[in-house]
Amino acid sequence: MTTQLGGPATRALPAPEKKVAPEPRDRSLASQIIKITLLGLVVAIAIWASFPLIENKAWIGLALLAATTAALLYLYLTPRHIPAKYLAPGTLLLIVFQVFPVLYTASTAFTNYGDGHRGTKQEAVVAIQTASVTQVPGSIEYALSVATTGDPATGPLVFLITDPATRAVSAGDAGGLRKLDPADVTVTSAGKVTAADGYTVLTFGQASLRSKEITALAVPVDGGAIRSSGLSRAYEGKAGRVYDAGCDCVRDTTTGKTWTADGKVGAFVGEGGDRLAQGWKVSVGFSNFTRVVTDPDISGPFLRTLVWNFVFAIGSTGGTFVLGMLVAVSLHSKRVRGRNLYRVLLVLPYAMPAFAMLLVWRDMFNKDFGLINTFFGTDVDWLGQPATARIAVLLVQLWLGYPYMFLVTTGALQAIPAELSEASRIDGAGAWQSFRRIVLPLLMVALTPLLISSFAFNFNNFNAIYLTTEGGPFAPDNPANGATDLLITYTYRLAFGGSGAQYGYAAAISIFIFLIVGTISAIAFRRTRQQEEVYA
Amino acid sequence: MKWFKKVGWRHAVGVVAVVFSLGPILFVISAAVNPLGTLSSSQIVPSGISLDNFTKLLRDTDFGQWFLNSVIIAGTASAVAVFVSALAAYVFSRRRFRGRRTGLLSLLLIQMFPQFLAVVAIFLMFATITDYWPVIGFNTWWGLVLLYLGGALGVGTWLMKGFFDTVPRELDESATVDGAGHAQVFFRILLPLVAPVLAVTGLLAFISTINEFIFANIFLTDSSAKTLSVGLWGLVAAEQRNTNFGMFCAGTLLTAIPTVLVFQLLQRYIVEGLTSGAVKG
Repeated sequence: MTTQLGGPATRALPAPEKKVAPEPRDRSLASQIIKITLLGLVVAIAIWASFPLIENKAWIGLALLAATTAALLYLYLTPRHIPAKYLAPGTLLLIVFQVFPVLYTASTAFTNYGDGHRGTKQEAVVAIQTASVTQVPGSIEYALSVATTGDPATGPLVFLITDPATRAVSAGDAGGLRKLDPADVTVTSAGKVTAADGYTVLTFGQASLRSKEITALAVPVDGGAIRSSGLSRAYEGKAGRVYDAGCDCVRDTTTGKTWTADGKVGAFVGEGGDRLAQGWKVSVGFSNFTRVVTDPDISGPFLRTLVWNFVFAIGSTGGTFVLGMLVAVSLHSKRVRGRNLYRVLLVLPYAMPAFAMLLVWRDMFNKDFGLINTFFGTDVDWLGQPATARIAVLLVQLWLGYPYMFLVTTGALQAIPAELSEASRIDGAGAWQSFRRIVLPLLMVALTPLLISSFAFNFNNFNAIYLTTEGGPFAPDNPANGATDLLITYTYRLAFGGSGAQYGYAAAISIFIFLIVGTISAIAFRRTRQQEEVYA
Repeated sequence: MKWFKKVGWRHAVGVVAVVFSLGPILFVISAAVNPLGTLSSSQIVPSGISLDNFTKLLRDTDFGQWFLNSVIIAGTASAVAVFVSALAAYVFSRRRFRGRRTGLLSLLLIQMFPQFLAVVAIFLMFATITDYWPVIGFNTWWGLVLLYLGGALGVGTWLMKGFFDTVPRELDESATVDGAGHAQVFFRILLPLVAPVLAVTGLLAFISTINEFIFANIFLTDSSAKTLSVGLWGLVAAEQRNTNFGMFCAGTLLTAIPTVLVFQLLQRYIVEGLTSGAVKG
């Protein structure tokens, strides 16, 4: 008995280890199940995503999807490439939703992409001709019935038009016009088509839902196009401007003036240098970049904006840092009672929603009923004058940003051993000297990386300007560039502003911004590292 | 006088700072309870107290829906972002592999490009996505979440890598000796140890997502799909600026409540986490 009992007893020592040993396998079984489920989910999503691609014959997209899925399956089933397993999810998201759009944008910096330069030359010619179609005296008027070959709500639209004289019915779409066999159509005495073989005639209700498409549809005919006028009448208009392939130019049929195609600028240019509004997208090389330097109308505002942009970024970062540090240093003393209360109250602005507080500040600076003028009894048009508007946005930045600097400086101060400044005091240094020589350098080591990222963030602080001044006030002679504009709000206005989008030029400025911020940050980070070597 | 030189000036600075900090917030509170609800009648001391602005906000607008949208979008985006960057931070901290330095530097660089200038490309891209897969297109939670996740790696990879670096390597080495795989080391040993920094990064990501305006404004056009920033902005747009100011301030206060609560709760961690480098975005 004893020996029998003794047997297991002697093995009792390694037993707990044995108990531990199978556990990883248990977990790995569980993790295997999780892994297989997740991979199954990936495959399921891929299959779900592939149907619309197949339906729309988007073969490139389908190939990319299949390749990505296969790569993911391989990556997570092979025991190799461990770092890639951890980097794949974030990198995939990064590439699809950030790198790809950014690269695409950057590539437009070398084109004239924008309003009037969106499509191909062929599209521009069609647009010019169709846009110039007008109803001239003597234009033939037709009775119009709108039909489709597909679903009434989404199918391609066809115009069924009845000739007023012959009552012959023709069908027309963007491809052209062709006659229908009179036996296939039923026409009322007013010329309205009620039924036609192979077409579904839209009811008035169905047609009015698609009135925008109907207005946009032009059926090209010799020398012009047939367009709708309302939902039941159409006219054959004459194109005022016609493309002539012989001279590669557009000719105005009434005045005889010509505009010759210029492949370099992607537009039809007249003899006097005037351009037709409809052009096409071409590569323009570096001209978007050189324009910033050479065109005096642009380089002047650009330089002014750049200078103010630096003032704003340095002012915001420096101002918040100095104030935040001042408050943090002041409250960093055991003799100050209620430090926690101070801290809770001071941090409140940081926790308020920034976008909303920017709008509140905008209204507080309002000239007529803003709080600031009422409270101080002044009558200053704060956001209406360049100087005060700049002070105002910097003040808003100070308010929004200094609690954060206060928090981080407090944290950094707590990490500095009190013995250091005590020792310097004993050695005879004054309070200021000990702060200047001991505390500040140590603070800077901890906080410089933060100040750099704060600078980079403020350099492109779109919300701070857009939600308060929107870049204004604007000089009357230059509505495109305001006194508080940062490069980024200026670029935004170029790309999406009311006076015609200039995506290519806006993209070029984005690259400038990227280079400026990137260079400054790189230099600053390098210097910090040297600093750390000195003090660490 | 001696007291002032030693301690008093510290209180003076503190009080001035508190007044500066609280002034605008007091104005928001007073405008929110202002019975007239207009900007022109709002003062720093409320002329009366009423909850009209709050009831009007909840009754006449989709505020509740906006709140829900914001919390779900920002919550999902920041949670996934934290997880994804923790994964990346782990290998950047623990493994030596080809392209490690390049990867870390490119992460920094990509952040420097003003992403929203790619807004045209993103708009065209999501227009196609809306055609193919409406579930993740415009006016959906998922579309915006996916877009925000494009920047997920930038959110906290560097910050977290710093924290992972401070955890002694001996810990995972001994676990490896005991037979733990790399996934176990990550999930069972390191993640629990860096939990504070996960909380801080998550909170920072949450705040910046809930404040995000440009993309949300383009993506969400249906009133029921809007987030708080887009919805509230619409309240004070153009002509309604004066009349809706009270409602807007009421909305601002309601938006701030969850953030302020979490903030006070996590304050200790936040000071610690912020010092290691992160910017409110």
